[in-house]
Amino acid sequence: MLSAILTKTFYTFISLMVILNYALLLIGSMARIRAKVQGRVGQPVWQPYIDIIKNYGKRTAVTHGVMFYLGPVFRLAGGLGTYLFMPVVYGFVMFENFSFSGDLLLVMYFIFFGQLGMALGAGESGHPYSPLGVSRGLAQMTAFELPFALAVISIVAQYGTLSITEIVAAQQGGWQNWVAFTNPFAMIAGMLAFLGMSMQNPFSVVIAPQEIPIGPPTEMHSAFLGMLQTNRAIFNGAKMVLFMNLFWGGATHKYLLVAILIMVVKTFLIYLYVNIVGASFPRFKTEQSIRFFLGVPTIIGIIAVILQSI
Amino acid sequence: MEKDMERRLYADTGAPEGSPVVNPDPRTLGDSSNIQLFNEQLKLLNSGLTEEDRLNFCDTPPEVIKPFRGHWENFLNWARSESLWILGFGTGCGAIELRPLMTSRFDMYQYGIQPRPTPRQSSIFVIGGYASVKTMKRIVRSYEQMQGPKFVLGLGSCTINGGMYYDSYNTVNRLDHYIPVDVYIAGCMPRPEALLAGLMELKTIIKEGRGEGANKYAENFEWYKANQKRIIKDWNMPDYNW
Ligand code: SF4
Repeated sequence: MLSAILTKTFYTFISLMVILNYALLLIGSMARIRAKVQGRVGQPVWQPYIDIIKNYGKRTAVTHGVMFYLGPVFRLAGGLGTYLFMPVVYGFVMFENFSFSGDLLLVMYFIFFGQLGMALGAGESGHPYSPLGVSRGLAQMTAFELPFALAVISIVAQYGTLSITEIVAAQQGGWQNWVAFTNPFAMIAGMLAFLGMSMQNPFSVVIAPQEIPIGPPTEMHSAFLGMLQTNRAIFNGAKMVLFMNLFWGGATHKYLLVAILIMVVKTFLIYLYVNIVGASFPRFKTEQSIRFFLGVPTIIGIIAVILQSI
Repeated sequence: MEKDMERRLYADTGAPEGSPVVNPDPRTLGDSSNIQLFNEQLKLLNSGLTEEDRLNFCDTPPEVIKPFRGHWENFLNWARSESLWILGFGTGCGAIELRPLMTSRFDMYQYGIQPRPTPRQSSIFVIGGYASVKTMKRIVRSYEQMQGPKFVLGLGSCTINGGMYYDSYNTVNRLDHYIPVDVYIAGCMPRPEALLAGLMELKTIIKEGRGEGANKYAENFEWYKANQKRIIKDWNMPDYNW
């Protein structure tokens, strides 16, 4: 029993380390790619590491109360929860984390849990821009939640299961079995919702640095900010893995390293897609993005659900 | 002779050791005995605030925080120098020089330098030229909200000796009488290359462990406050804006 727990802990640790480092490098390299688009050299790929070390290494920090402490903690819990309840690489015990039969629902819940926790923390900071960012974030979140939920419902109806592992398993046997091709409407609705979820342009109004300094984390600093940055990496990684699992056939191979490589390539492409959109479009206002998500993506999502139910 | 002059300047102003010696700001030379900062318990009086506002603000002065020793501090200093976040607060004409640094021609991101919109998250404050008394109030507020270790870069002659506003009625002549400055960049106005050179100089200073402005501020808190209060007449903020 004890050894089973220890093994699980060890595996979880490895799996966390892999996603943390991979996502940090991914964030760094995407920043560099965006810089190239703008004709700049761009920051080093390892810059996110240095920023995190710097923030944890600050000598002072001020707190605004208990919720201010808990905000980043909740956020991190949201990131960890999203990541730890789904298989990262299909078919390997080491990377299956704590996935179980109803994990899809839990993961969907955790995606939003962090935001709500952060909203409380940001609210306590007392900075007027924080609640402003939070209200924008929550409004936008409610909007993209709709196409995303419809896409998920469609997939659940398609395979008759709420387990991410089973959804991935059902997609094995070649690319033609991926949800992206068997259920393209769900994929389109989901991938459009993903744009909002990743808060890059055109849906970056939540943190809009030129108008509401940086939105919810305006008052977050030092280790608080370091924690948020750590979570940003894990959370981003987790979301990409989730979308890879749901729409793009997951990652599997008989050799672990090759399977991880497949995961890396697929998630890299998913993130690249977000960045291409981000580099090409200017920022939407809150009401514009809400109107966007409630328009075409939602209709596509409804079509996806209807097609699965007939 | 020069040494003598230097000593006299220090004696006059009470400036912390190691401050660069240039024209002193005549306004910092006055008598500071009427400026009272602490009560008997060594708490800040916050005399600029109303009775009820006082409850909302902190009354502890900043503390000197000793750096770690050896390799750990060197490592942290390296990280601090490679991740410089500039507070996006343009205080004078020089702020315009920051824009070319962000865009493709000079691209400061490649040196780990980037702008940050809030003082809480920034580690370096670029004072872009002349600081009027009104701006000085905001500079002090923003500087104190930044979390240590923090660094200040005085850009342009105006920050060094008043520049072409040396005899103006409402600009300060010498920035480091009000907040500690790590690097000065001379010129009116210095080109972006000069600013970059200054930032590189700052990086070396931090790596060598000499970027202790925040501690210097805490050590000489009373001196800085007296200078600030002498010029900022409508002091309606807490004495220390953590
Ligand atoms: S040094 Fe020259 S350019 Fe800079 S603030 Fe002063 S007057 Fe303006």
